[in-house]
Amino acid sequence: MSKNISPVSEPHGGSYTTDVVIIGAGPVGLFAVFELGLLDLECHLVDILDRPGGQCAELYPEKPIYDIPGIPVVSGQELTDNLLQQIKPFAAKYSLGEMAVALQKTDDDLWQVKTDMGTSITAKAVVIAAGGGSFQPKKPPIPDIDDFEGSSVFYSVRQMEKFKDKDLLIAGGGDSALDWTLALLPLARSLTLVHRRPNFRAAPDSVSKIRALVDAGDMEMIVGQVSALQGQGGQLDQVKIKTKTGEVIRKIDCLLPFFGLTMKLGPVAEFGLNLHENLIPVDTEKFETSTPGIFAIGDINFYPGKLKLILSGFHEAALMSQQVFRICRPDEKLRFQYTTASTDLQKKLGVR
Amino acid sequence: MSEQKQIILHVTDQQGKVHELIALDGWRAMEVIRDYGLPVKAECGGACSCATCHVYVDDDWADKLIAPDEDEEDMLDEAFEVQENSRLSCQILMSEDLSGLRLKLAPGSEPDTTD
Ligand SMILES: Cc1cc2nc3c(=O)[nH]c(=O)nc-3n(C[C@H](O)[C@H](O)[C@H](O)COP(=O)(O)OP(=O)(O)OC[C@H]3O[C@@H](n4cnc5c(N)ncnc54)[C@H](O)[C@@H]3O)c2cc1C
Ligand code: FES
Repeated sequence: MSKNISPVSEPHGGSYTTDVVIIGAGPVGLFAVFELGLLDLECHLVDILDRPGGQCAELYPEKPIYDIPGIPVVSGQELTDNLLQQIKPFAAKYSLGEMAVALQKTDDDLWQVKTDMGTSITAKAVVIAAGGGSFQPKKPPIPDIDDFEGSSVFYSVRQMEKFKDKDLLIAGGGDSALDWTLALLPLARSLTLVHRRPNFRAAPDSVSKIRALVDAGDMEMIVGQVSALQGQGGQLDQVKIKTKTGEVIRKIDCLLPFFGLTMKLGPVAEFGLNLHENLIPVDTEKFETSTPGIFAIGDINFYPGKLKLILSGFHEAALMSQQVFRICRPDEKLRFQYTTASTDLQKKLGVR
Repeated sequence: MSEQKQIILHVTDQQGKVHELIALDGWRAMEVIRDYGLPVKAECGGACSCATCHVYVDDDWADKLIAPDEDEEDMLDEAFEVQENSRLSCQILMSEDLSGLRLKLAPGSEPDTTD
């Protein structure tokens, strides 16, 4: 399926109003847009990833899933693309590449979600579809690394200018490590790439470019692993690199480790909700948390008998939507309808 | 009477405590470790796509395991403090031949905690 259904993200830092804000654009958050959309409720999704699909898109885009009812086999990416196609008529808004960091009640009894990019979304109800947590860069277990984060150690590049005329060390051997090496080299004073082995798992084109740059003496490549950091007041001075033949030291200003992503519950833990072993307990009628107006569906929730399956999350989305409708449209009557039979629903889906 | 011999798996956790586990034939080492409730993140559930089941194999056992394939080598790039004896425990299939195997959970394999 074509990739052009990939949604466009709203500008960072804006203020938005909607019916329902959904934290997490994994398969379950996406399907929630569908169920809420059938009830004429507008949604705004937030995800730290720069594209929707959650675990399906990030952890196993190519792997086949066999237990989606009615679909004998579908890959993680295909399922994501299909869901995007399915919810397209509802024109949900997306804030991608943003982490929801705070959730508060407003004076007029609405909910406000704030992100790390300064975006604020006000809604009548909140659906937490945060799955296994937000995907965040893996942190190398190097002693004292915390002391340097944000000042000398960076897990992502938000402004390239920051690295101008600096001595940089990039650690890792995947596409992110190599892409950033190629992008930052022209700016940096010097650049050293440190990877545990001479081979890379990355686009062959980037690999050959890097090899040529190393051969030309434009950058250095060390086969090894960063083992210690030295510096003061958050400012790195030098790093130790363990190699097969011993330790080498490089004087650097900044370290950029790229070791892929891992899921961390993150700020959801600070939303003031009850937690049960990092999961959010809900009832099984409405999938509402102990805080009225806040719902939790998909892998993030907990109830007796819970199975972390996509199909369970889909069911939860349908039931959750009923209660969210009552909250958002207290004066309207909820009507049960089939998509096969209802001309009203078919109009919403744009098939009539 | 069945002559099936128990398959033993020794696992040293991140705190250095040694656990003796009974493995089932055909199970992945990661699954055995997780089944016993030991701290292993194993985020991708054995799909060789997270490296959060990284272990060190005891030197005595290094040669007895089937060597890692290319996917596993590639994925080890996302692990930390990788050594010669590093493996992804989800790629080790337990069998009678491996009874007595000794593994140590590597840094980065610990589950997420709320702190
Ligand atoms: C290798 C593998 C194979 C699997 N195979 C199957 C299978 O065959 N069948 C099946 O049913 N299930 C399978 N699963 C499980 C399935 O992928 C999950 O059940 C499903 O992804 C859960 O969907 P979700 O939308 O609840 O959460 P997720 O997919 O985890 O998505 C949650 C999203 O929320 C975002 N997020 C979280 N917190 C924040 C925050 N504070 N701010 C911004 N964004 C945030 C995350 O970045 C993420 O994108 C498999 C899982 C894996 C890893
Ligand atoms: S469990 Fe993810 S790579 Fe082994």
